[in-house]
This record gives sequence, structure tokens and C-alpha cells, in this order.
Amino acid sequence: MTEALRRTPLYDTHVELGGRMVPFSGWEMPIQYDSILLETRLVRFGVGLFDVSHMGRVEVNGPGAGPLLSSVLSVSAMGLREGSARYNVICDEQGGIIDDGIVYRKGEEQFLVIPNAGNRAAVYDWIVKWNIGPEPAEIVDVSDDYAMIACQGPAAEFVLEPLSSVDLSKLRPFRYVDAQLDGVDTMFARTGYTGEDGFELILPSESAGRIWSLLMDKGAIAAGLGARDVLRMEAGLLLHGSDMSTEVNPYEAALERFVRPNRRRYIAGEALRRIRDEGVSRRMVGFNMVERGIPRHGYAIMGESGQIGEVTSGGYSPTLDRNIGMGYVQTDYSAEGSRFHIDIRGRSVEAEVTSLPFYTRRRRSDS
Amino acid sequence: MNPADLRYSKEHEWLRMESDDVGVVGITEFAADSLGDVVFVELPEVGAKLAQFEKMGEIESVKAVSDLFTPISGEVIETNEDLMDGPEKVNDSPFHFGWMLRVRISDKSEVDNLMSAEEYDALISAEEA
Repeated sequence: MTEALRRTPLYDTHVELGGRMVPFSGWEMPIQYDSILLETRLVRFGVGLFDVSHMGRVEVNGPGAGPLLSSVLSVSAMGLREGSARYNVICDEQGGIIDDGIVYRKGEEQFLVIPNAGNRAAVYDWIVKWNIGPEPAEIVDVSDDYAMIACQGPAAEFVLEPLSSVDLSKLRPFRYVDAQLDGVDTMFARTGYTGEDGFELILPSESAGRIWSLLMDKGAIAAGLGARDVLRMEAGLLLHGSDMSTEVNPYEAALERFVRPNRRRYIAGEALRRIRDEGVSRRMVGFNMVERGIPRHGYAIMGESGQIGEVTSGGYSPTLDRNIGMGYVQTDYSAEGSRFHIDIRGRSVEAEVTSLPFYTRRRRSDS
Repeated sequence: MNPADLRYSKEHEWLRMESDDVGVVGITEFAADSLGDVVFVELPEVGAKLAQFEKMGEIESVKAVSDLFTPISGEVIETNEDLMDGPEKVNDSPFHFGWMLRVRISDKSEVDNLMSAEEYDALISAEEA
């Protein structure tokens, strides 16, 4: 409790807006401004702004950058095209998940890695640790120079379009472009953590407050970490620290589609190939509550003859108007339609496995 | 903001006397605002016997689970069924549509253990400070 909480460049903005500030991964962040459920709905139907400046920004540059990141990330950084981004996990030598995040290729020899707030040091240290190739990369934590704003929701493009120097309608998902946002140099990435269309904007810290206010003037609402958690859960996206840790591997976490274990010089490759070939005994699933009750992190999942798993995330989904959860269960309970009970503070409440994500946005038809 | 005709507990529940021995119980606006969006309310069954200041149920917001305490002893004669499908009524209308229980009070003298609106106002200004 003695360690001071850090503040993002948007701290004063949050306080002015009446944000309820709470500690999160060592940072003082807004959990909500008004109502978590209202903010969630406004992101699904309009557009919301999230301050995600607490997440890290680590540049990895130089001739050795591609090989280094390819040895650390679960996907090939060298196979990534310039201007593209990819979701990946970072695993230790045993296959345990140190963090998950998005890697961007900014140039032939320039990459950007975005660690979660709580894992900034762990990810930085891990990349530095393996920077032992013939051509060591230059690794720079530029987190404090920039703010990061997630502008998410079906109206995100329309709010940003009049202020941006490029045609954002041309920017496809998991691509980014460097341009100006009302004259401010900004990296526009068509990525997010809400299950909606949207952008993540990386811009100089000193311009963050002005840009945030400008986007609100154009119709975006401020949304806090509470809404962000509901949105990502509905979209079936895992949260490191809640749903993942170094104690689980990507096959258990049902993230195998983001893992390329057969690559040479991939640090976690040997462990992950063995895990893949041997199979796993537990598996991440999504489930709907069949009976009344809200599953929450840490609750036991019970089968006929005892505990078969544990809830890692759960809550009320305003978009679906039902209670949903995620967690690890023994693989024989992981098939869609499997039923088990959640021990909700001593009450046994039935749940049924469903496929993830819980919610998928309707996409605009490509014309 | 706290209605003058109600009595209040330290745990932020209110009691409205409807007749000589029947009271209605709910949580205050201060409590509802502190919780945030209420998404689940678990109340005792009709017929349950309650003892003053003991746990009577649970209330869940998006982020947290909290216990509910009864401000008065007695027997539950009705629960607000609307909260099953519409727990947000606790936020929207904590003193009216968000009511929780109707109780046949077993010991009216217990009302004296509760605060007036003025005393409760003072308590929450102290908690806010």
C-alpha cells in the first residue's frame, strides 16, 4: 500500500469528468464515470474513449529486431508485413503465458510491442534477456512519451474521420497508419479489446488531454475500465492476470490459433510442441448461467464428483442480458453443451458451456 | 436527499413504517450510488424470520458482491419480485420502486435503534469526507 500509484497523462481529464479513480496494476485509473452498464451500451451502439496509456509501448529496432521478436513471440514477427499488427502471446520456456498483446511492424527493422500494464517490466525484461543474437536489437521503453487512447464502437470511424489526415475507411482491421489527428502526429491502429470496430491511437502525452476533449465534443463518451472489462468478456477476450498467467499455456487457454510452435529458434517451441502433442487436461471455456447467479473470478466449478475447474472471469452481460463466465475446466467438461455447477458462495448454480465469443458484432457488408 | 419519513441503519438500509407493525425495507441512494450498477439481488424467502442488523441477503453490482442487513426484526411477508428481472430499480429508485422487503415487525421498540434522516445525513457526509 505504500507504493505510490502512477498516473497517466489523462489523469486530470478523468478527474474533471468525475471518473471514479481506483488502483489498477499499479496505476490510478477510472473504473467508471457514470454507469458501467451505460458506458458498455454506448460503446456497443456509438463510440467510447478508453485511456489505455497505462499499457506499455516498447520499441524493438535494428537488424536483429525481427529475429529477436520471432524467438520471443508466439508468431513470426518477420512474417508480419509493414503496417500490420498481430495478436500473440509471450510464453516462457515451459510454455507458461507471461503476457498477451499486439505487435506492430513499423518498418523493415522496426517493431512496437504493447504489454499489459501489470506486465510492462516482465515483458521488457524478457525481451532484453533474449537479446543475445549476433546483431542485438535496440530495445526502448517509450511508454512515458506517449499516451494511448482506444476509440471504440461502430461510430469510431465517423468521429475520427473529420479530424484525421488520412481516409480511415481504407484502414482494415489489424492495420495501422501514421498520420495526423487534428494536427497531432498519431499512430492510428484498427485494433481494440471490445469486440467492436475501433481504433487505438498512440499520440504524444502532451496532446492527449486536448485530443480526448475534442473527441468527446464530436460525440464520443468517456468509458472506464469497468466497461472495458464487460466488453472484452462479452467478446470472449482473455485478460492476463485474471484468465491467464505463467501457470497456464496457450493450449489450455484455447489460444492455439495464435501459436506457431514449429518455428526454429522459438524459445517456447519445444515446450509448446510437447504440450500440443501430449494434449492438455484442462481447457478454457465460456459458459452461460442456466440458473440465477453471477459467476466471479475464483469460484469453484463443480462436476458430479467434485471440483473440475475454476472461474477466471464472469459477470452480467448487458448486451446479451444474461450472466456469463469463463474459466478452466477438465477437458471432458469442455465440449459445447456440457453442464456443471458454479459454487457461488456456497450456492450451487447450474451453467452450460457455450462457444466463445459470447458476442460477435454485425459487420458492415463489404461493398 | 434522504426522505425524512424513513429510519436508517449504519449499513445504509432504510425502513418505512406502513402501519403499526408493518415496515418496508430497502437500501439508500448513497448505498446504491456507492455500489454502482446493481445486477443481482438475493433476498430471503417470504416467511423467513429476520433479526435486526443481521444478514438478510446479498446484492451484486458489476464489480462487487455485498451483504444486505435487515434494519429490523420480524417476518418477511413480501419481497419485491420486480428486482429479479430488474435489479437496476435499486439504482433508479432506491427509496421507492427499488424496495426489497415488507416485514411484519416483531419488536417495534427496535425502531429506536435506527437513525433519523438528519442523523443519517451526518453519517454519510462523514463517510464521504
